[in-house]
Amino acid sequence: MLESLTVFFENLGIVKVPEQLEYLSDLPNLLFAVWETLYAPLAATLFAYVIGLPLGVLLVTGEKEGIRPLPPVFMRVLNTLINLLRSVPFLILMVLVFPLSRLILGTTIGTTATIIPLTVAAAPYVARLVEASLREMDRGVIEAAQSMGCSTWQIITRVMLPECKPGLINGATNAAITILSYGAMAGAIGGGGLGSIALMRGHARNQRLVLWVAVIILVVLVQIIQTIGTRLTVRSDKRINK
Amino acid sequence: MPPIISIEHLTKTFQLDGKPFNALSDVSLEVQQGEIFGIIGLSGAGKSTLVRCINLLEAPTSGTVLVRGQELTKLSAKELRLARRKISMIFQGFHLLMQRTCLQNVCFPLELQGVAKNKARERALELLRVVGLEEKANSYPAQLSGGQKQRVAIARALATDPDVLLCDEATSALDPKTTREILSLIRDINKRLGVTVVVITHDMKVIEEICSKVVILNQGNIAESGTVEEVFSNPKSEAGRRLVYPGGMPALHLLKDSRVIRVAFNGGTAYQPLIASLAIDCGVKANILGADTRNIDGKAFGTMLLGLPEDETEANRALQYIRSQPNVTVEEVQDYHA
Ligand SMILES: Nc1ncnc2c1ncn2[C@@H]1O[C@H](COP(=O)(O)OP(=O)(O)OP(=O)(O)O)[C@@H](O)[C@H]1O
Ligand SMILES: [Mg+2]
Repeated sequence: MLESLTVFFENLGIVKVPEQLEYLSDLPNLLFAVWETLYAPLAATLFAYVIGLPLGVLLVTGEKEGIRPLPPVFMRVLNTLINLLRSVPFLILMVLVFPLSRLILGTTIGTTATIIPLTVAAAPYVARLVEASLREMDRGVIEAAQSMGCSTWQIITRVMLPECKPGLINGATNAAITILSYGAMAGAIGGGGLGSIALMRGHARNQRLVLWVAVIILVVLVQIIQTIGTRLTVRSDKRINK
Repeated sequence: MPPIISIEHLTKTFQLDGKPFNALSDVSLEVQQGEIFGIIGLSGAGKSTLVRCINLLEAPTSGTVLVRGQELTKLSAKELRLARRKISMIFQGFHLLMQRTCLQNVCFPLELQGVAKNKARERALELLRVVGLEEKANSYPAQLSGGQKQRVAIARALATDPDVLLCDEATSALDPKTTREILSLIRDINKRLGVTVVVITHDMKVIEEICSKVVILNQGNIAESGTVEEVFSNPKSEAGRRLVYPGGMPALHLLKDSRVIRVAFNGGTAYQPLIASLAIDCGVKANILGADTRNIDGKAFGTMLLGLPEDETEANRALQYIRSQPNVTVEEVQDYHA
């Protein structure tokens, strides 16, 4: 079986096949890589929401026409900051954030260390995603809530967020997938996981078989996240007549 | 009893492209406890702005808004939120929470007040019964028709036991039959619960159907006001006439030299019997030159132009006869030109 596989791949022009098959058949090692690929981005997504969700809410409620306008100067600074962070390419941002990682975690190497730059990169993205979802909100409904005596806090927590839940879930799916791909990139400079395997072995050592397996697993992971996200989005949306 | 809503010298100025624009200028009106008060006007007249000033969704530029003797413009944010619980509002677009069931929608204002969940549920169910939608309690708004959505909105508006119900074009998105159903529900609520209702509309029929008093709003000013009978049977303002006679004043060909009178019906019997009895009782045949009357609750309102016979004595006899009728006023039209 292994032999015929080796022949098959060698016929495809892939070199060092036995070595690669041996590496890939170490299942625990592979599963650990999958775990590493998932855990840093998912943790970063969580933290990014802790920061980005309130910021996204502020972007909508704080504007001039919003339910609780904030000083225009503050809004301009917030917007500029978010745009700035979003315009820095992730790999460069990661290097820039190294001091912060060192400060918080004491290291810049390893999967856990990538959580910090991933969070910094994702939070402004999440803020924009949240903002976009909340902008879908019907102003009339907010007005109706105000006419019932809702406070600003109640409007945010009981009207805007619950009414925009489907959009928010959809946004979170996008965020998780984007951060997952950033995380794979982080493998290039000290991160772990499938991204690191694909780059270090697949690319640097020309282990094409390993490269493809890593990529395929990444694709499958993205598919799974997207499917779950889409399903949750649709299921949570009561505007659709099912 | 003091009026439940009293608006004094209310002005609302918007900035439109940097220029001030008066959506309302010096509007004063009073709404009495328990009445159904209509505000009618063409699109852009400022009706929505006016009604939104009653619960301060729109802050007046100047003037005062008193509801139950409380001056809303002087309240703190917290006091205003409390006051708003007693001033409910329904909208043309219903504005229900789409991710909540009907029952949860009606529970919503109760939750805001911190009413216990099961208490709120009970009350909400009771209100859904009032509006006839009990069986839709667990449906989502997306699964309802427009009329049903408005019923849910009404149940939600009633949840906090309001003193006032503001209706901003509440039936404008509905077909005529559903409109009548919703209007009769509102009238029913007004009668049974004693809720004062302010109805905003551009539709005469809505006012006729349920209002007792009406204000005609025109370009941010009150053109005229009074009981529905007064205003609709004999509109005095230009804006009033445009609303009551959308097709323009009735004008017809006319025999030369004959006298023309305008008969205004203020809620008596319909006009055909009058013309008939005029012929039978006085033997005078009057010429109907034009009529714009409507039937409200079996009573006639509106005006009719009558051409009297050329014979002086006959004309006077007819005039006297019509003057003696109840709920009818007569005036002679001096320069009627066809
Ligand atoms: N927020 C606003 N900013 C600027 N102008 C406004 C604003 N709200 C209303 N207006 C203007 O005030 C005028 C009155 O508007 P309003 O909505 O009260 O009219 P309306 O009588 O309710 O009309 P409709 O029957 O179309 O609902 C309009 O000319 C409108 O353009
Ligand atoms: Mg309006």
